[in-house]
Amino acid sequence: MKNFNGEILFLDRADINTDEIIPAKYLTEITKEALKPYLLEDLKLETFDPKKDIEGKKAILTKQNFGCGSSREHAPWALEMNDINVVIAVNFARIFKQNMFNNGMLAVELDEKTIQDLFNTFQGKKTDLITKFEKGIFIFESEDQRMEVPFTITDFDRSLITAGGWVEYADLHY
Amino acid sequence: MGKTIAEKIFDAHHVDTPSGDIHVIKLDAVFCHEITTPVAINDLVSRGKDRVFDAGKIKAVIDHVTPAKDSKTAEQGKLIREWTRRQNIKDFFDIGRNGVCHALFPEKGFVRPGYTVIMGDSHTCTHGAFGAFAAGVGTTDLEVGILKGVCAFHYPQTIKITVTGELQKGVYAKDVILSIIGKLGVNGATNKVIEFTGPVVDRMNMEERMTLCNMAVEAGGTSGICYPDMITVEYLWDFIKGDYPSKEDALKDFKKWQSDSDAVYDEEITHDVSGLKPLTTVGYKPDQLKSIEDMGNTKVDQVYIGSCTNGRIEDLRAAAEVLKGKKISDDVRGVLSPATPGVYKQALKEGLIDIFMEAGFCVTNPTCGACLGMSNGVLASGEVCASTTNRNFNGRMGKGGMIHLMSPACAAATALTGYITSEDKIQ
Ligand code: SF4
Repeated sequence: MKNFNGEILFLDRADINTDEIIPAKYLTEITKEALKPYLLEDLKLETFDPKKDIEGKKAILTKQNFGCGSSREHAPWALEMNDINVVIAVNFARIFKQNMFNNGMLAVELDEKTIQDLFNTFQGKKTDLITKFEKGIFIFESEDQRMEVPFTITDFDRSLITAGGWVEYADLHY
Repeated sequence: MGKTIAEKIFDAHHVDTPSGDIHVIKLDAVFCHEITTPVAINDLVSRGKDRVFDAGKIKAVIDHVTPAKDSKTAEQGKLIREWTRRQNIKDFFDIGRNGVCHALFPEKGFVRPGYTVIMGDSHTCTHGAFGAFAAGVGTTDLEVGILKGVCAFHYPQTIKITVTGELQKGVYAKDVILSIIGKLGVNGATNKVIEFTGPVVDRMNMEERMTLCNMAVEAGGTSGICYPDMITVEYLWDFIKGDYPSKEDALKDFKKWQSDSDAVYDEEITHDVSGLKPLTTVGYKPDQLKSIEDMGNTKVDQVYIGSCTNGRIEDLRAAAEVLKGKKISDDVRGVLSPATPGVYKQALKEGLIDIFMEAGFCVTNPTCGACLGMSNGVLASGEVCASTTNRNFNGRMGKGGMIHLMSPACAAATALTGYITSEDKIQ
């Protein structure tokens, strides 16, 4: 299982598309590693600087419809190569979400109010995510605040995570 | 309770139901091209799983950028080329024999009614024209397809579209599918199969049905699908004549891939095309449409005829008919990319290439090229292109370019006048 713990990157915007996550010009790369430096290079978000703000982050908290646009799997790979294996959002574009679980990565939907509460409480502070995967609980922790939030994913998505992705799962089962 | 054709195909290929409505199905064919396959190959190698489930069921092509345009695209080609050799994949189409995947593979008889097909390419839905379930997938799904010959999908929900009426002269399958996308919207069929049926579809040849199914994904559809009939049998006959004593026997067998009359649909739509006029897109989404006659004086810089939507022989015939004996506008660059070497050779034989060249078109080798802004006709910013392709997304054919999608006949007419024009305006 991949690592789902660590410092959170707050992306306070809806509809972040796969072109912003990894621009199309990098689709000619033939290794996932090559994508690493370009994550969120074209993200349109004030005060966000990909050169400074990604370093050391292990999780993303964001708003609605994350991963919309082209179906490129380069988007979750670019995250994976930066060791960001968990994205928490109000909701996701279908293919992006499937691609995340196919890679053994976690894409979790929380309701809009909870997400807003999390932004209000933690944005701007150094905040860590602790994932209790078996129990289905996220713990958000900053120096002066702590919040526990339960989450659910489907049984199939859970088995993909446990297996380490769809390739390992399928090779084991079929 | 009856079943839809997609449900029948799923049930016949069922392997597992790991949870809820997720079905793992067995694949009859896995198609590969050089843009999405290399990462899957590298990943398999790094996992120590450099194997394929069945070399005979994997078909591969270099089509998106060919000949290679730079070192990066040359590496992509090299990777897939070496992999097909190593894995003994015989059906690999390299330069000289290559063409746009969704035009080339049907031409080779690789898709049959009732088949399940995946490819790391969103327009894989094209192959549904043969009565197959064919879907574009991400690279990990492709990787599992290559390794295990299975793929997981939600059990299909279907939108049935019955196309009725008579198409007027100068109105084509492209206009029909654009009008359907206009009705459904770009997300109208997300997670669903679109079944195309009715008298208009029954009369269409395989090329036209492929144009129809090709753009199912532009309405969000997982696959387009048509019922196999005698037209399907005729198209495939050279490839299947060893399997059936007669065409009637083949037809009888194919007919099992048809929706039952009491099948349950998510939605049923009757779409009358009698009054349909030639259409084009405006803006950056394929559901933003206008009649060509309402386009006023929209000048274009380039006309592109080609792609998996409209680069087949029927399309070249329709465009050449308009261009015959005429010259394109001095202000327009005309680019023709026949979709496959087969199409190219046939067009040569029929004198169509002569007509295009006399008119002032540049004829390229078969490739995707300009369709995705990779090569052979990339737009500069501020330029406008009339194109027979399927996507008018912002930047698709070049940063800052504007694309108007339309039929090959209208693209040809547009090349002649220099502004967006329907074929009936050409004397
Ligand atoms: S012709 Fe265009 S749409 Fe078709 S497969 Fe090639 S790039 Fe994709």
